[in-house]
Amino acid sequence: MLGVPKERPTHAEQPPLVLLRDITKSFPGVLANDHVNFEVRPGEIHALLGENGAGKTTLMNILYGLYRPDSGEIYIRGEKVQIRSPRDAIQLGIGMVHQHFKLVLPHTVAENVALGLNGTPFWAPAKVVAQKLRELSTRYGLHVDPERRVWELSAGEQQRVEILKALIRGAEVLILDEPTSVLTPQETAELFKVLRRMKEEGHGIIFISHKLDEVLEIADRITVMRRGKVVGTLLAQEADKATLARMMVGREVVFRLSKTTCNPGEAALRVEDLYVRSDRGLWALKGISFAVCRGEILGVAGIAGNGQRELVEALAGLRRVERGRILILGKEVNGRSARAISDLGVAHIPEERIRMGIVPGLPVEENLILKKHHRPPFCWRGFLRFLAIREFAKRAIEEYGIITPSPKTPAKLLSGGNIQRLILARELSGRPAVVIAAHPTYGLDVGATEQIRQILLRQRDEGAAVLLVSEDLEEIMELADRIAVIFRGEIMGIVPAAEATLEEIGLMMAGEKRVKVEG
Amino acid sequence: MRRLGPFVFEPRLSPPRYIVFGVSVLAVVVALLAAAPVFLGYGQNPWQAYAAIGRGIFGSWPSFSEVLRRAIPLILCGVGLTLAFRAQFWNIGAEGQLLAGAVAATGVALFLRVPEGLRLPLMFLFGFLAGAFWGLIPALLRVKLGVNDVISTLMLNYVMAYIVEWLVHGPWKGPTMRGFAYTDAFPLAARLSFLPATRVHWVTLVLGVVMAVLIALLLARTRLGYEIRVVGQNPDAARYAGINFTVVLSLVMILSGGLAGLAGVGEVAGIHWRLRSPSHISMNYGYTAIIVAWLARGNPLAAIFTALLFGLFFAAGDYMKTTLGLPFQITGVFNGLILFFLIGFDLLMFWRVRLARKEGAWISQAGS
Amino acid sequence: MDFASWLISTVSRALAFGVPLLWGTLGEIYAERAGVVNLGVEGMMILGAFMAFAVSQSTGHPGLGLFCAALIGGVAALLHAFVTVTIRANQYVSGLALSMFGLGLAGLLGRGWEGKPLGNTLPTLTIPGLSRIPVLGPMLFQDQTILTYLGIFLAVVLWLLLFRTRWGLAIRSVGENPSTADSLGINVTLVRYLCVFFGGLLAGVGGGYLSVAYRPAWTEGMTAGMGWIVIALTIFAAWDPLQALWGAFFFGALYHLSYRLQAYLAPELLKLMPYLFAIVVLAISGLGGARWRRRAPGALGLPYVRGER
Repeated sequence: MLGVPKERPTHAEQPPLVLLRDITKSFPGVLANDHVNFEVRPGEIHALLGENGAGKTTLMNILYGLYRPDSGEIYIRGEKVQIRSPRDAIQLGIGMVHQHFKLVLPHTVAENVALGLNGTPFWAPAKVVAQKLRELSTRYGLHVDPERRVWELSAGEQQRVEILKALIRGAEVLILDEPTSVLTPQETAELFKVLRRMKEEGHGIIFISHKLDEVLEIADRITVMRRGKVVGTLLAQEADKATLARMMVGREVVFRLSKTTCNPGEAALRVEDLYVRSDRGLWALKGISFAVCRGEILGVAGIAGNGQRELVEALAGLRRVERGRILILGKEVNGRSARAISDLGVAHIPEERIRMGIVPGLPVEENLILKKHHRPPFCWRGFLRFLAIREFAKRAIEEYGIITPSPKTPAKLLSGGNIQRLILARELSGRPAVVIAAHPTYGLDVGATEQIRQILLRQRDEGAAVLLVSEDLEEIMELADRIAVIFRGEIMGIVPAAEATLEEIGLMMAGEKRVKVEG
Repeated sequence: MRRLGPFVFEPRLSPPRYIVFGVSVLAVVVALLAAAPVFLGYGQNPWQAYAAIGRGIFGSWPSFSEVLRRAIPLILCGVGLTLAFRAQFWNIGAEGQLLAGAVAATGVALFLRVPEGLRLPLMFLFGFLAGAFWGLIPALLRVKLGVNDVISTLMLNYVMAYIVEWLVHGPWKGPTMRGFAYTDAFPLAARLSFLPATRVHWVTLVLGVVMAVLIALLLARTRLGYEIRVVGQNPDAARYAGINFTVVLSLVMILSGGLAGLAGVGEVAGIHWRLRSPSHISMNYGYTAIIVAWLARGNPLAAIFTALLFGLFFAAGDYMKTTLGLPFQITGVFNGLILFFLIGFDLLMFWRVRLARKEGAWISQAGS
Repeated sequence: MDFASWLISTVSRALAFGVPLLWGTLGEIYAERAGVVNLGVEGMMILGAFMAFAVSQSTGHPGLGLFCAALIGGVAALLHAFVTVTIRANQYVSGLALSMFGLGLAGLLGRGWEGKPLGNTLPTLTIPGLSRIPVLGPMLFQDQTILTYLGIFLAVVLWLLLFRTRWGLAIRSVGENPSTADSLGINVTLVRYLCVFFGGLLAGVGGGYLSVAYRPAWTEGMTAGMGWIVIALTIFAAWDPLQALWGAFFFGALYHLSYRLQAYLAPELLKLMPYLFAIVVLAISGLGGARWRRRAPGALGLPYVRGER
């Protein structure tokens, strides 16, 4: 096993930029990488495809020096190396754009790029960097103003900063972790142009994704991972969607959910001319109006940070409404507390399920009554009634298939999918009239995703008005009956899902097209 | 996961109770060891000193009763602090809240015209209210204006200490006390009775234990207790669930401050029978109670026992001073050390040690 | 006394009494900018005060005393750094423990030194030329020790360092978003240790100033809560070394006035003014609402574990 790496039998002119051999890495209870082999050659875009939790990000974090592998070897340009920290990785010419950008939001673009950069002067490092940044921007078509503060930038611009950070450090290998998840289809096309330009200049690019279409579009080779193992590597021109999907999931995949036609009833949720401010005091929603009827799903599409979070919080009573009205079942709820709104029959599946949706240290059963602990049968004259709570918990665990050792297990010990099932069980008990679901399947595996989508559809069929906020366009196209596109706090248009095209929605997401909003 | 020789360290998410208990005991023992050099510095053999202290304190009922006497304010303050810490409110102000209670009790004892039979109950009532008021201020400051609770509670300690100084030097200075900065002595009806042959004002002791039980019940069994636990463990989830922070934190601090106020009543009505300089009324009980509550890990019933432990340390300090000629400040050093080791050793609870097995014997992937 | 001389002495004493607050605050700003709250300032200051006095008294060199005060402050801070950065324990509790420990230890060690006046105190300076300027001369350029001017100079230098250099960029990034700094090869642990240590050095000097210059003697608990005021000032100054100047000298004036106004109000009630004002000042910054709080370093108080976002 030891010794000189085997020469590649084909394409032997140049050693691969990166060669990972037999990488194994485990976390408590999980084997994240199991003897994984992977390589990237110069001038190649190599996609790493797999579901959430397949081990793609772990593998790349190992390459970038954030984790140490338990065993296995790393070769860079044919030489065996030890990568102990990101600093080592950077010196070896490896750059990484993480899925959640590693940016210091209050700092300027130039400061972010200058941080930890070798060769900058002690005084005013950002000034010197700004100069260099402008050159690189034009060369690769990555336009961004070096003096602006990062929090003011859109997600697409922030991503450009990340790519520039890597390029200025002389990255020959660029790792992109789910880079398109925050982009509009048009921005994605822009990114692909940049990537092709980089490829022509001889960079090697590792493109992590779980989306089949884009992988097929941009990659030269595709390596599929499942449950910590490499399932196989194929050339992009020889691959097709069905094969990849089967490799990725391990079984045949149905691409369509069974969905009945929708019979909308009266409007259960109505929003009129809503104005809301963001945490920074800027306008996050600028006069939004829409209605969701019983028995329909209204999807809200848009790139993150265009007011979706503020919309959901305002509807749930967690953010002040500055102007306009929110009507639930005909009742105006402006200024009412979150509890009052919840008691009216509004379910809220929050965006950040662990940060907001559960109390990690409390047992599952007590998490299940979070919204209803103050009402009978769970509370009587200020005392909690544990018999009723236990009874309710047992039913909910069974009905929603929550996998937990016992109702008394702390919620933090559950897996992501089970935490989401717990939240759904809690929110959907007692037949809510309105369901607000924010990114309900984000980060979940295929099985849990399917189940949760079915649950949402069932809510619709049983007569709830469902507002689905998601960045996953596919999810919205699949589930929603009508699609509202939000851009910079305004609704660019509401279109029936059956008539919508990906391109049209994409243009609206980018603010380049506006459709007349129906009554 | 980390490896050290043949051992593998694995993180664990929720340590079992015996581990928590064991680690806590370990912290106290290590702090005792670390304090040993101080004794050497004073020319004493630390082990002999510890042994002498043990014999001295456990040797007779009157000397052991000093442990109980010292534990009384620590129980009351400590139980109050467990409540505040469970809500993630950093109440470092038990010292000031205790003094506020002492002031109110003194006011009732000396200046209020009431039937003598009502005097002591009223002293406790007003002591509770004064402590509650002094605790409510930082709660409202945090909820309404975002003022850091550590700083506001600490600052209010100093403010109350100077108010007490002012009272005993100025308006409340007892005419019969000549040069001393005391108020007049309390009338007999405003003094608490002792257990025989001791200075244990048992009414306050009983009050402390009862309060510990009630607060434990409140936390475990009631709606308010549930809301306190949610607020403390995940404020974002509390907001999401529509829990009213102003109400919950106000109630928490009314109770927490009020209990410290009761401790203040006990000290003036049980020990001193007058108001005097703050450093005499409270020998840093309010600050020590922070360690009492932390060692009890937020469990009010456990706080009774940790308070007794620190009562023991205080009694030991007295014994060292009178019998061994060692300075009382040793207890201060010792308290700091215990707290350091306590949080330092917390890490131990969250790691499990086992022997390394052969490569390849991996646990399979956990279900989703 | 006429108004002019009253003003002159007030400003002059405000500067002198603001010095320990300024040094302490500058140090705490650096620790917190790197993401570590150190509530142990009170303990580090009292240890510094004792050390400076003991060394000055034994050797006759107040400068050496201050040097040792800085060292002991730094060593105490390293203890906090170890517990919070390496062991990742709760920063609030560790700081409180440090304060309790420092107060206890200084009281214990200082028992033999209690109440003795210091022979050789830190000399006061009269700046030639400048001190002759009417009003401004006696106000600013007489009867100050070197630490007043050094402190002001330090505030400017530390501001430049923080906002205009590589190091400052690294420190601010570690306090805002340690995982980003880590991913760019900044040693988060090292930066935090250094900043906390530096904070301890300055707090030690601030404490030492009390016992060798301002009130040249040793009394137990002589810092009297100044360390906590420092924590409040750090927030009030919005973690900005230049703004710390105004805050420190404002509170210096309050301390001074609490002596000067004794003819009008009971001394005990005057002495509680700085503490009351610390709350008032924070409440006022609280009225500024989210805008003020946003200036706090993003990762303040949070231990950093690699691999977590």
